[in-house]
Amino acid sequence: MLKTFSLGGIHPEENKLTADRAIEVLPVPPVVMVPVTQHIGAPAKVEVKKGDKVKVGQVIARAGGMVSANVHSPVSGTVNKIDDIVDASGYRRTAVIIDTEGDEWEDGIDRSTTIKKEITASPEEIVTGIAEAGIVGLGGATFPSHVKLTPPPGRKCEVLIINGVECEPYLTSDHRLMLEKGEEIIIGIQILMRALNVNKAIIGIENNKPDAIRHMQELCNGNKGISVQPLKVKYPQGGEKQLIDACIGRQVPSGKLPIEVGAVVHNVGTAFAVYEAIQKNKPLVERVVTVTGKSVAKPGNFLCRIGTPISVLIEAAGGLPEDTGKIISGGPMMGKALTSTDIPVVKGSSGILLIPQEIASRPKYQACIRCAKCVSACSMGLSPYLLMTMSEKAMWEEAEEEKVLDCIECGSCSYICPAGRPLLDYIRLGKNKVGQLVRKRTAQVQKN
Amino acid sequence: MISILTLVGLGVASALVLYMASKKFQVFEDPRIDQVEEVLPKSNCGGCGFPGCRAFAEALVKSDDISDLKCPVGGSATMTKVSEILGKAVADVKPQLAVVRCNGSCEHRPKLNIYDGAMSCTVAAALYGGETGCSYGCLGCGDCVVACKFDAMYMDEATGLPVVIEENCVACGKCVEACPKNIIELRNVGPKSRRIFVSCVNKDKGAVAKKACAVACIGCSKCFKVCPHEAITMADNLAYIDDDKCKLCRKCVEECPTFSIHELNFPPRKKKVEEEAVAEA
Amino acid sequence: MEKLIVSPSPHTHSGDSVKKNMYGVIFALIPALVASFWFFGLGAAIVTLTSVAGCLLFEHLIQVYLLKKPTSIGDGSAIITGLLLAMNLPSNFPIALIIIGAAVAIGIGKMSFGGLGQNPFNPALVGRVFLLISFPVQMTSWPLPIVSRTSYIDAATGATPLSIIKEGLKGGTPLKDLMAELPSYGDMFMGAMGGSFGEVAAIALLMGFVYMLARKIITWHIPVSIIATVFIFSWILNISNPERFAPPMFHILTGGLLLGAIFMATDYVSSPMAVKGMWIYGVAIGVLTVLIRTFGSYPEGVSFAILIMNCFTPLINKYVKPKRFGEKPAVQKA
Repeated sequence: MLKTFSLGGIHPEENKLTADRAIEVLPVPPVVMVPVTQHIGAPAKVEVKKGDKVKVGQVIARAGGMVSANVHSPVSGTVNKIDDIVDASGYRRTAVIIDTEGDEWEDGIDRSTTIKKEITASPEEIVTGIAEAGIVGLGGATFPSHVKLTPPPGRKCEVLIINGVECEPYLTSDHRLMLEKGEEIIIGIQILMRALNVNKAIIGIENNKPDAIRHMQELCNGNKGISVQPLKVKYPQGGEKQLIDACIGRQVPSGKLPIEVGAVVHNVGTAFAVYEAIQKNKPLVERVVTVTGKSVAKPGNFLCRIGTPISVLIEAAGGLPEDTGKIISGGPMMGKALTSTDIPVVKGSSGILLIPQEIASRPKYQACIRCAKCVSACSMGLSPYLLMTMSEKAMWEEAEEEKVLDCIECGSCSYICPAGRPLLDYIRLGKNKVGQLVRKRTAQVQKN
Repeated sequence: MISILTLVGLGVASALVLYMASKKFQVFEDPRIDQVEEVLPKSNCGGCGFPGCRAFAEALVKSDDISDLKCPVGGSATMTKVSEILGKAVADVKPQLAVVRCNGSCEHRPKLNIYDGAMSCTVAAALYGGETGCSYGCLGCGDCVVACKFDAMYMDEATGLPVVIEENCVACGKCVEACPKNIIELRNVGPKSRRIFVSCVNKDKGAVAKKACAVACIGCSKCFKVCPHEAITMADNLAYIDDDKCKLCRKCVEECPTFSIHELNFPPRKKKVEEEAVAEA
Repeated sequence: MEKLIVSPSPHTHSGDSVKKNMYGVIFALIPALVASFWFFGLGAAIVTLTSVAGCLLFEHLIQVYLLKKPTSIGDGSAIITGLLLAMNLPSNFPIALIIIGAAVAIGIGKMSFGGLGQNPFNPALVGRVFLLISFPVQMTSWPLPIVSRTSYIDAATGATPLSIIKEGLKGGTPLKDLMAELPSYGDMFMGAMGGSFGEVAAIALLMGFVYMLARKIITWHIPVSIIATVFIFSWILNISNPERFAPPMFHILTGGLLLGAIFMATDYVSSPMAVKGMWIYGVAIGVLTVLIRTFGSYPEGVSFAILIMNCFTPLINKYVKPKRFGEKPAVQKA
């Protein structure tokens, strides 16, 4: 019996169209648009101005606080302007636009592909190195990684869990990374273990990637401390809390962080970026993005520089299909619908999904038929039908009691609802409003 | 016979219990609260900031200083009556109306994508900037219309913008709260119900704003320069008219190159200016 | 290329719909329908058709002309109400009364509350109980299986197993003698007994149950909790006084228990949403059913038990919430 998380979950069609496509390195694009806020936390402060010459790996925006991240130039060239562009959020945000000239890298960055096994950095050096390199959670959450490596006083990490699950349908960048860069990932994991001072790491991989499971198991052979945990395929297994529940059987209490149960979770992509940062002195300037969809001519996994316009990626995948109805950044369950293809790739872009017109529109929704399918699907044990009604009627206190803030926005409820109700739309609204109320209340308490 | 007596006895006993309970558990209330509640409009709209007219009446009776409390529905007439009952001073209530400060109709502001989410402005605003190139403008899902309890708002199907029915609007402020983009504002009714306001809240640079919407405020400051009463302020590429200082001279309306300043309830002017506007848009 | 569509996530859907679930239930009822036509023939057919037609007609009329909304009969829920109502009736039930029952079931039991999704009571049961109380004579003359196949109003009637026991015990006959008069359990399982034509064939109803579980239309909690409770409670009673209380297998196979537990109590709208709530609901229905059957004046208790628990569903929903993530204490397994 394969392990999996205990509550809820759904089984969407996997559609892993690009699982067999090796990672293709894209040429450097002629222009990049690098947003200065590609992470959760305080925006980074721009350090360059129009006309400056930059090299690959140079810091162009510095972290604006503890929970923030550096942004590095992904190309070498001249800064064209600092402007507000429409990014994936749909709103205008500050970005540095650079015209590419050549491909000159900063001194000190090791671009060779030889695998450096020996880890010489101390735990403090590792944390600083990761912060310097601007590494954030590459699974899509974009939480600054160095913050996770410094547990608050009184909490100790007992196990490092590596997220190789990739539960979203269509996405395969993590899968390919494990197959092609497995050794580097293992070293990255060892570096993280050293930083956290733990001697146990578990790599969770879903059972629909048997080749990755086998490969990583072979690489772990002989390495005490790192093991591979094959998991039953169920969405949203990649959610932090669900993954911890599946791998070590502990449930993170409501409102608390994973460190509360002694676990720290990092994505395999992040582990790879950590290897590059600490062993090769290379900051986060590129990532693997899956471009996929039923009508795409040449779907694949592409290694591209941060800031590459999505139009370039779509061209590499055979061009924008005529019947495209929606362009999604991410997977179909939690991804964000984009308004155009001029939007740049950012640190959290795991994939670009092109959905054909026929299946892009939502069905018209009806009244709730009280079938309770949303309740059985919810992996956090909430009652989505009730939370939607409370949000519609602005019953924020009641929603807070119903634990609306526990929702991880996985979308299982909207997916399964036979009446086609937009449950997650309203639950998100509830989370926003209740979050504001809670913040106002804590501020009030602190004032008194 | 016995059953009749038993039932009568039960009835009398229950009546006695109820009588004693009503006497013992009676809550003493200041009789003035009832008096004040009588003169309030009883629409329970929450415009005063209290949950219903009864709660407002209680607050009026219990507070010492009520000069900053007002009933927008009843206006000065109601507050004067309250002042007479309680003997406390009340401030003058300026009559106000809700104003929708966006003219980005389907004609002026072309749609670039189709929104397919839940029909709520708050949901759409949390998701992205909207169906057009202007991320500040009206989203057209009608949260304001739903919030209005006085039938004073409706969605114009042709323009995609909400319309305020002036006769019904009591300036309770619910639509202002409902709009996630802060487009609706309560502004002074003005003499003869005349108002001038900038019908735009776009803070993008001029060229960007104009590309998205033909009647956007581009922040050119021409209105600011021509206003003889210093009623206009410029901030973030956007003009704003202070309705306390505005004397309704209409110089700014003539000056605005994108026709984004609107005048309401004025007599019709020479037609030339309007024809130019139609031709340009 | 057309304009891009933008909406919040998720951007995919399971494809499930209200229609699919409703038609799934109708499909699950087919074995029971076939069994009823086999045992009660013409009568069953007439009652079923009239009931379904009546329900569809009333829902359409009320929805379109009273509520002024587009018609909702396409979603299949009216057909289910019609079928379940029919299955609760004797196969010689007059047409006019069936129409009245359909009107009450749909008009009062469903549409007066706002249509699908708003009804607190199971509409078919509302119709059935109304008919039982208003027309007790017609509602308690049960045609005999097989022999009444080719007749309708004038079918040969006889007592149901439950009423044999009830009347017999009242009359003072010992239980053992009464049990000997009844059809064997095997016959009851296959459906060869008196009763409303939907409740007789246990095997057909169980086939429907398995189908609905496989299609994920319902979960197992409510039917299993009801049947298990009835079994255990009646067993306890039977052990305490075998002369007075019938054995548990008897209770399971007779009356509308299986039909009620599988198809009526699992009605989405009137049953609780959380698993814990479903258990409370099911156990209570089981207890009430046995109480009404053994101590009450009616021979059959399932419909009343379900309706009574329908009243409690909103209360159960309010106070019994599903198991939350993070509530169980951390298990040291790493």
